[in-house]
Order: sequence, then structure tokens, then C-alpha cells
Amino acid sequence: MLGAGGGTCSYEEIETTDLIVLWGSNAREAHPIFFHHLMRGVRNGAKMYTVDPRRTTSAKWADVWLGIDVGSDIALANTVGREIIHAGLANQAFIDHSTSGFDSYAAEVEPWTLQRGEQVTGVPADVIRDLAHDYATAPTAQICWTLGITEHHTATDNVLALINLALLTGHVGRYGSGLVPLRGQNNVQGGGDMGALPNKLPGFQNVEDPVARGKFEALWGVDVPPKSGWHLSLMLEAMERRDLRALYVIGENPAQSEADVGHVRELLDGLEFMVVQDLSLTKTAGMADVVLPAAASWAETEGTVTSSERRVQRVRKALDPPGEAKDDIEILCLLADRLGHSWGQPSAEEVWDELRSLSPMHGGMAYRRLDELGGIQWPCPDEGHPGTQFLHAWLWEDPMPRQPAPFIPTKWVPPVDELSDEYPIRMTTGRKLDSFNTGVQSGAFDSPMRGAGSIEITAADGEALGVTEGEVVRVTSRRGSIDVPVSYSGSLRPGLAFMAIHFPDAADVNRLTIDAWDPKSGTAEFKATAIRIDRIEESVS
Amino acid sequence: MNAAATEEEIAAVDGLLGRPEPTDDHVALGGYHAAESQRNQLLPALHAVQSAVGWISEGALNYVCERLVVPPAEAYGVASFYALLATDERPRRVAHVCDDIACKLAGADGLMDELGARADVYPSPCLGQCERGPVALLQLAGESDITITSATADKIVDGLLGSSVPEAEGPGAAPQTDEERSGLWVLAGVGRVDPTSLDDYRRLGGYTGLEAAIAMGPAAVIDEIKTSNLRGRGGAAFPTGIKWESAAAEDEPVRYVVCNADESEPGTFKDRILIEGDPFAIVESTTIAGYAVGATYGYVYIRAEYPLATARLQAAIDQAYDAGLLGSDVMDAGFTFDLEVRRGAGAYICGEETALFNSIEGYRGEPRQKPPFPTQAGLFGKPTVVNNVETLVNVLGIVTHGGAGFTTRGTPESTGTRLFCLSGHVLRPGTYEVEFGVTLGDVLDLAGGVRGRLRAILLGGAAGFFVGPDMLDLPLTFEDTQDAGVSLGSGVVMAFNDQTDFAAIAHRIAAFFRDESCGQCVPCRVGTMRQEETLLRMASAPAPGDSDLLGEIEQVMRDASICGLGHTASSAIRSAIRLGLIGGVA
Repeated sequence: MLGAGGGTCSYEEIETTDLIVLWGSNAREAHPIFFHHLMRGVRNGAKMYTVDPRRTTSAKWADVWLGIDVGSDIALANTVGREIIHAGLANQAFIDHSTSGFDSYAAEVEPWTLQRGEQVTGVPADVIRDLAHDYATAPTAQICWTLGITEHHTATDNVLALINLALLTGHVGRYGSGLVPLRGQNNVQGGGDMGALPNKLPGFQNVEDPVARGKFEALWGVDVPPKSGWHLSLMLEAMERRDLRALYVIGENPAQSEADVGHVRELLDGLEFMVVQDLSLTKTAGMADVVLPAAASWAETEGTVTSSERRVQRVRKALDPPGEAKDDIEILCLLADRLGHSWGQPSAEEVWDELRSLSPMHGGMAYRRLDELGGIQWPCPDEGHPGTQFLHAWLWEDPMPRQPAPFIPTKWVPPVDELSDEYPIRMTTGRKLDSFNTGVQSGAFDSPMRGAGSIEITAADGEALGVTEGEVVRVTSRRGSIDVPVSYSGSLRPGLAFMAIHFPDAADVNRLTIDAWDPKSGTAEFKATAIRIDRIEESVS
Repeated sequence: MNAAATEEEIAAVDGLLGRPEPTDDHVALGGYHAAESQRNQLLPALHAVQSAVGWISEGALNYVCERLVVPPAEAYGVASFYALLATDERPRRVAHVCDDIACKLAGADGLMDELGARADVYPSPCLGQCERGPVALLQLAGESDITITSATADKIVDGLLGSSVPEAEGPGAAPQTDEERSGLWVLAGVGRVDPTSLDDYRRLGGYTGLEAAIAMGPAAVIDEIKTSNLRGRGGAAFPTGIKWESAAAEDEPVRYVVCNADESEPGTFKDRILIEGDPFAIVESTTIAGYAVGATYGYVYIRAEYPLATARLQAAIDQAYDAGLLGSDVMDAGFTFDLEVRRGAGAYICGEETALFNSIEGYRGEPRQKPPFPTQAGLFGKPTVVNNVETLVNVLGIVTHGGAGFTTRGTPESTGTRLFCLSGHVLRPGTYEVEFGVTLGDVLDLAGGVRGRLRAILLGGAAGFFVGPDMLDLPLTFEDTQDAGVSLGSGVVMAFNDQTDFAAIAHRIAAFFRDESCGQCVPCRVGTMRQEETLLRMASAPAPGDSDLLGEIEQVMRDASICGLGHTASSAIRSAIRLGLIGGVA
């Protein structure tokens, strides 16, 4: 909507901004380095709101926590938008100059009175009002989000609803103000930038754009398939149809990370051929026909990573990888060789320089300059360019160099997995400070804080269910059951349960989650599952 | 890690902080900024638990952290910083028995031997009761702490068993106040005024100082202080008027004044005598300081080893509030001044002004880098005037009688009078007030002379210097002591006769600094330890080079520590070597 997919701000800006809205993100645990920057901002005086169903450890540092009901983000954003408009706090000059579609947006949010917002989100109307007024009147403000926004079947609309707020107030394209999606790994941003997306070539150039494609075809001397590929959810559907029968998995662990994982494992089992290239022998690798041991991208390879602030930084090799493990570039080239294409043995820098010749946003990022400048933030089109601290400054230029940024109205739709008498408890998922995703890389290390997997509920719910803390219970969703111990948490409210995603062996949470996915992003609704908790004695007898 | 607090612990914390707000399922306010604004309640909250339960359990610490939004690791760092807060379970009644220098001379070592290896007896650094040692502080869960003076093993054990023991009679010894009182400025009220009665204080002229200050206005008050050339009595001797003027000149409208009553220099007990004997004078003079520099809030930071002084001061503040002498519209003069007592918790370093700020703010009592100086960015980062108790009491006379009158006594560089804490082998130990310029021999005579043959005098406390009998003619002024390469410090004059075991005294001083170093600067953290080890070795198996090593340690601590503790941790020991009181192989 605003162009390439990356956070618009730099870390420096969150340290000096006036208002931080952390929405659907427990950054203190999931993005501790970013949170460090964020806390500097708070210490410098920034006011902080968090929007999260749970009162997370991040929320405890916020001036105001809005404990919304799971999946009501669009309802909240639309209510905030309407309040800003009705209070006369919209940035009309910015709207007129830099945006389009305001009228249809205003019409869409019109029914979202504070009262209706309170009804749907559970957050008191006056608190929603405070958020709206503070956001609209802050000199600079940032909205930061993570998977609490994107792991819903309305993922893209959730993001759009937040972007609308920034357009409404002019909180984008200026130093200190912006929209900041946090990346879960050190190089998630880089993966997308390099074209590891089904519809993009490197530098977010559209696969279906013949001009963009043509550049690559000319240099590579081959035809690039002209159609967008499948994202993971579509791949799973293709496996279901048997249209997809062979899979090459690089650095992913879908046999543990995907929603409704029992079903995913059946699909993977049903493949004719699977290759897994990974640092560790993951559960997915254990199911593969061929495993290609890869070098660690930290310390064992040369290359670059790109952080959430779009900063490309060099990674240097310090150690030879153990055993037969090889650098990813080497593996790919050897494979190409066996498939009859001689790619030679390019160094990481040679690959990078080719990328720079094809991706305009990386054009000026020679290794030498990355060294000199301590990394460079894209876009950086040529070697005279210092990189770009924040994106979309063009919105404030006069005349506008591009088409105005469109408001895209969004409608609130509740989570797919509805609560019912049979499944009365809303379960959401998330991460903990001392573990990483499916635990492949972090599970081997001890931590004094790490519990084994458990289902977290309030003590009040535990009492109502007649269970005691530590008791193993059966948790059932419409897709399956798992047996896990109960633990009590003060961050929840009655009717809301939580499971961490890190313990697929002890607490296989994705046996419960729903694979309803967002048609635009392909992300499944990990964050909203309807469950039931039963005592095991009862369910057995 | 997830330990929960007991009901007793929760009640203790809630007693201070109030009951927690009921939680709402969908909204919570607070966060970092709220936490930051209440962080300064951390030490009071830990005190509340310690006082009620006798130690701070993991559960109690967790509850305090939850209430104040402090990370448990940080709160543990604070709790474990202070000697009088226990993070391991211990009996509800414990005795801290002073085995510091003056009490050693009064038989503390024999007393400790007699008490034997009891789990409820701890050796303690100086408790500030040097005129009536040996002494013990009984720290009692659920009751007020008690000081036992002229302590015996029987008295201490009785106290530990819960029988009633005679509490120390305040105000302790200021023998001059029993005699001809003329010439006493600072001690004017001690022994004359009823320390529990504001009416009595006012009947004897109390609060005429504040009246005079209000009549002349803040700028004139500062002018008078500058005219008086009053210099700080805590040890650093900084000109008070300059300090006040600097703070008053800052643009920042929020300012603080702090009365430093964390009198912890071994051998020092003058401020205790003032607070116990004339507490309203501290309240009044701190109010004048607040008025002069434009501060609306003040703190008195008092060491936790002074239960009687703390109680008297708190009672005085309460009465002053009731009488409209604190709070909004003080004396109907249209200015606001609030005054709050904060207790230390057993840490010598918190007498250092910036460590004191950190302690009030709820952090470990570690000194800060200077600059910025307190008058620029002190307590809570705001311009702050911090003055010693004795310094502030001097202010009363200056505003009442004028700064010029103050200079009629003493010398031009050292105006007015000075309190000296006489202890050790003198016949009449106590706090004495003399005009600057009298000699060291004069003050020893005032205290009845020396028992036995004088061998040395410790001038200025553990951070000061030993001097020999050849220095009895030294005039006690800032300038003369400086010229002689020593200092008045906090006014300690401790006499030792020729029967003294100086090796034991030197070791006690070294152990004191090793124990009290906050550990922040490596030279001090390691140097104080090395110094103690070297002294011990010198006593048992002296080797050539020991003395040079001590010299090197002194040099590196002076060069590379950020506060006075490191700078002075060697001075007494080095001077003892120079005088031949201790020594090894040349």
C-alpha cells in the first residue's frame, strides 16, 4: 500500500519519539533488542500504550494497557479512527495533500462509536478515547506491531487498519513518526528483501511485472516463470490436491511450526520427495528423504543480514562449519551444477554485487560502504547515497512525486474459530523471552525461567474447572487434543488461555490451532483458537 | 523465582504503599513512568518488611517488585547492598555489636568473646555512640529498634530474649551543656530545650531564625550565609553560601534540599547529639535552606543505626506540620516546604552525597560521577543542596544575628565554632563545641585529658589521619590542618595511649573500608581488599616491600576512584606507618 515491505522508522527514532503504541506485540520477550531501544524512548519521556489481550511483560512497562479481546484489532482501530475524526483531530492538511480515499474510510468507520468499540473489544470507551486523542495530538508517534496483528485470518486488513490511522494523523514519513512491523529473526527482513516471497523478485520487484522480470532474464539468460508462486498455505493446499509432490525446505520447520500441525505432518508424509537444508536436524528434517547440512549463518558464513530498521549489515565468517556442513550458497551452486547449470563458485560478495545490479534499493551498498558506514538502511540506490533513515518522506513533498497513499477501509470480522458451549475458552499463542520459535535452537540451552510447555489460565478459571496448578489436563479444540500441565498466570483474564509455541514435543500447541489463513498474506490464525479444558480423570472415565 | 509473600509480609508492604488497586481485565495504567515515580519507595518498602518480619524473603521481595514494578534482580541488588537488610532468614531479634575503633578501646572484643558464636549477634561498624561504648543495636522484628549503651553481655542477651532493657538515654554526652553554657552556638539548645516539645523550642527562641529569614527574603539569606563564610561540617568543608547560590541560580524550578544525617564516619557522633537533643533546630534550619534556594521538598537522610534520633526527628516534623511550620504556606508566608525522613539501612558510603541520592531514589547506594554537581543535577536529577546536620544548625545563628557576627569567632578561613567528637582514651568523652583555632591539646584538655600516656590521636575518623603527641599545638582550623597534611574531617578526635594494640586498630580500619567499598570502582573494590591482606601479613610475617605496596595501593585508589571513600581509604593506615604505630620490615 505504501510500497516496499519494511518498517518505516529507524531504531534511533523510537528513542526520541513522543508516543509509542505497541500493538499485538510482546516485544520485551519476543524482540528484546528492539525493546531495549523502545525503553530508551520511554525513559526519554515517550508515553507508551500497549494493545494486547494479555497483560504481557511488555504491557507492564506501558503507561496504558488496552486488554482487547482476541481478534478485535480492526474494531479498535476503526473506533480510534472515528474518534479522531469526530474530535476534529485528523490531520486534514496531510489527508488532502498526501492521501486518497478518505471519504470512504470515514464512512466505513462511522458506525464505530466509542460505545460499540467498547462492546466489541472489551476496552472501556474512555480508554479508547485517550488512545485516539494521544495518538492524534502527539508531535511524533509510532505504531509497532508483530504477530498479534498478523497471525489472524484478517492479517492484511489488520495491518491496513493501522496504516489508516497513520494516514489519518500524518504519523508517517516524518522523523520520529511511522509504522514499525517487528521482525522475529535477525534476517526476516533480509529474506523478504532478497525475494524469498512467492510474488516478488529481489528488491520487492513484482514477478508478474514483465519489465522487472526482463532485467533478471537478461542477466541470468533464462526465463523467469511469469506467475506468482504459492505461499506456504497454498502449498499445503496443493499437497492436499497432490499437485505438489516434492518439497525443498531451507531453514524452516513446518512439521512443528504450522497451524493444525497434525494435518501438516500427514501432508508432508504424503510427499513423494522432500529435501531439507538446515543447521539442525529438525522434526521436518527427520521426515526428509535427503538432508543437506547447512553452515550456521552466524560465524560460519559470509554475507549480509537486514534488521527491522532495513539496515543491511555484513556477517563475517570466523569458523569453518563442522563435518559435511556447507555454506548455503555453495549448496545451491553444487545443486545447480548437478541439475545441469554451471553457476561456478561465486563468493558471497560476488552474489551480492549481482543482486545490487538488479535491485535498485540495494544499488549503493557495496561491501566497502557497508563496512564504512556500519550498515546501510535501504533504499540506497547508488554509491553516493547515505541510505534512508525513514521511509516515505515523499508524502510530505510538494508537489507529490507519486500517487497519494490510499486509505483502504477495513471491516471487522471475528475470529474463524468461534467460541461455543463446547469450546468456551479463547486460547492465544505467543513467545517467551528465553526460547526461540519451535525451540530447535534454544531448547538445548538451560534457562532458569523456562517452564516446560503448559497451558496458562487464570487461577479463577483453574478453580472453576476444578484443576490444580501443575495438574495435567486435556486441552481440546475442534482439530485435536493434547495433554499438558496447567499453570496460572496473572497476565490473563477468565476465559482467556495462553500457550507458548516453543515446546512442540511437550506441548504440541499447533495440534489445536486453526489453519484458517489470510488470503492476502497466507498467514494462519495462530492467535485465536477455541478450546475446552477437561480434567483427564473425567475425560477418561 | 515464583515464591509468594506471606500475609505478614504483604501487610507490611501494604501498610506503606496502601492496598493495591483492584485489577481490571481490560485495562491497566501504570508502566515505567509510574514505576519510576514510585521507585524511591523501594528502600522504605524493604525497611517495612525487614522491620515487620526480621528479614526479606524471596516472596516478600517479589511482592515489593510487583507493587513497585521493579525487576527482582534490581531489587535484590538494592536489598543486598545494605547491612541492616537481611536477604537470608535470621532470628527476629538480632544484636549488632559495635567492634569498631572506639568500642574496641572500650572492650568490645572481650564483649564479643563473651557473647560467643550466637546466630543472633553480628559485629558492626561504628554505631555512632563512641562516648559510651561498648554499644549494641538491637534490631527487632515487630518492635522499635533499641540502642544499648555501656553494653554488657547480660544486657544484650536479655534484650535478645525479649526482656525489657533500658534504652539508651539521649542525648548522650555533651559535657559542656551541663556547665557554663556561654559560647555554645551549635549546642545552644542541647540539654536546654525539651526535644519532644515544639512549644518549649519556641519558648526558647525557636523559629525566630525562620522568621528572620522570611523577613529578609531568600536572596538576602544566601548573602548572609556567604558573608558568614560558613563551610560544611560534614568533612569536605565546602562554602555553604556558594552551594546555595549555585542551586538557587539554576533554571530548573524543581529543587531539593537534603539534610545529610547519615553520620557514619567511625568516631563521629556529633550530629546524633544534635538530633536527639535539639531536633526542631534541624527542622527549622532545613526549612530555611529550602526557602533560600527555592526548594519545596526536603529530605533528612538519617542512618538506621539511630533509632532514638529518628523517632525524635519524626516527632518534631509531625509537630511542625501541625503548627503550620511545614507544608503549604509555611508560617503564612506563602511558601511551601515539605520535609520527609528517609532512613539509610547500614551503608557508610551513603553519607557520600551522590550515593545518598541514589539511596533515596531506590537504587544501590553507589556514588555518581561528578560533574554534574548536586547543585546542577542532584536528587532525582534536580538541583539539590545537601548539607550536614551541624552545618545547617549553624544557619540558625547566622540568619538571626547576621553573617558578619558569625565571623567574629574563629579565623577568617574557618569562621565560627566547630563540634569535635572526643573519644578513646580521654577521661570525659563526648561532643564538644569550640571556637575554630583552639589547639588539639586544648580540646583533649577539655575532655579531661588522656588516660595513660598519649601515643597518637586519630583526627578526622577512619578516613582521616593519625597524628602524634608532637601535634598537640596544631590549631584546629581548616587551613592549619590542611597545611599540616591532615584534615578535620567530620570532627573526630580519638585519643590512644601507649598501651594500644595499633595493629588491631589499623586492621579494623582496613576491614571497615573493605566492607564499605561499594565495589563500583575496581581500584577501590580490589585495593581495599589488598590493603587489608597486606596489613594482616605485615602483622604475622612482615616482608620487605609491604609498605611500598600499601603506598601503591593508596596511589591507585586516589587516582582512579570516583568518590572520597577510595581517596581516603589508605590515609589513616599510611599515617600509622609513618608514625611507627604499625610497621613491618623497612
